[in-house]
Amino acid sequence: MADSIKIRATLKGDVCTVKALIKHPMETGQRKDKKTGQVIPAHFIQEVVCTHNGKNVLTSAWGAAISANPYLSIEFSGAKKGDKVALAWVDNKGEKDSATEEIR
Amino acid sequence: MNAFRQRRIFLKGTLAGSAVAVAVGAGLLSPRQVLAAWPKEAFEAKDIAASLKGVYNADMTTPSNDIEIKAPDIAENGAVVPVTVNANIKGIESISLFVEQNGTPLTAVFNLAPNALGTVSTRVKMGKTSNVVAVVKAGGTLYAGRKEVKVTIGGCGG
Repeated sequence: MADSIKIRATLKGDVCTVKALIKHPMETGQRKDKKTGQVIPAHFIQEVVCTHNGKNVLTSAWGAAISANPYLSIEFSGAKKGDKVALAWVDNKGEKDSATEEIR
Repeated sequence: MNAFRQRRIFLKGTLAGSAVAVAVGAGLLSPRQVLAAWPKEAFEAKDIAASLKGVYNADMTTPSNDIEIKAPDIAENGAVVPVTVNANIKGIESISLFVEQNGTPLTAVFNLAPNALGTVSTRVKMGKTSNVVAVVKAGGTLYAGRKEVKVTIGGCGG
């Protein structure tokens, strides 16, 4: 699942706003395939971690009720231009991805 | 009516339980390590009270006017409902998001570092018209804010 994350980090004063879009189906495990009638197995992101210069800003646990192609936005203080913001996720099948972006 | 009364009790109570939180909040963890602490029971719980127990080991919250939930009054598509929680409370450790009428109400738990501000935006799925409840943990107390979102087309089924 490479390149699944689009991340942008912008600075206002010393507050950094992180906005991220993740490409992921977020299957709940409750939907049925319309053709076969089979239940589509659950496939959703369970963990999302956001770091600032390697230090955790956010650790989160997600359920299947987060929309497909999840959007996430958080804010934190104590940032400056050029700092590194990274986002990483792991889903219930063990797939994962991460992305790093410079604050601008 | 009964459900309404229960909700009142849920809202009115104060946090009596211990401040034992899930280990997810415990500092420097890579996602892989955190995964072991994914609160399965909380996410599979069928009502808010049970999932609160799973996340915070507590069953009571204090209503707060300092939690603002930005979500549409009417969501045409329940599969994608934008929700922003804006909590104006000092020392926020964690924000969790529930959709009351979903089969499993717990949507997400966000554990915030001390320098993180109390604002989290995401998009959630809603099966039907429901309250969106945000529970904010600060200084060992759980605060709750809520907002009703009417859903025209549910976003959970097939």
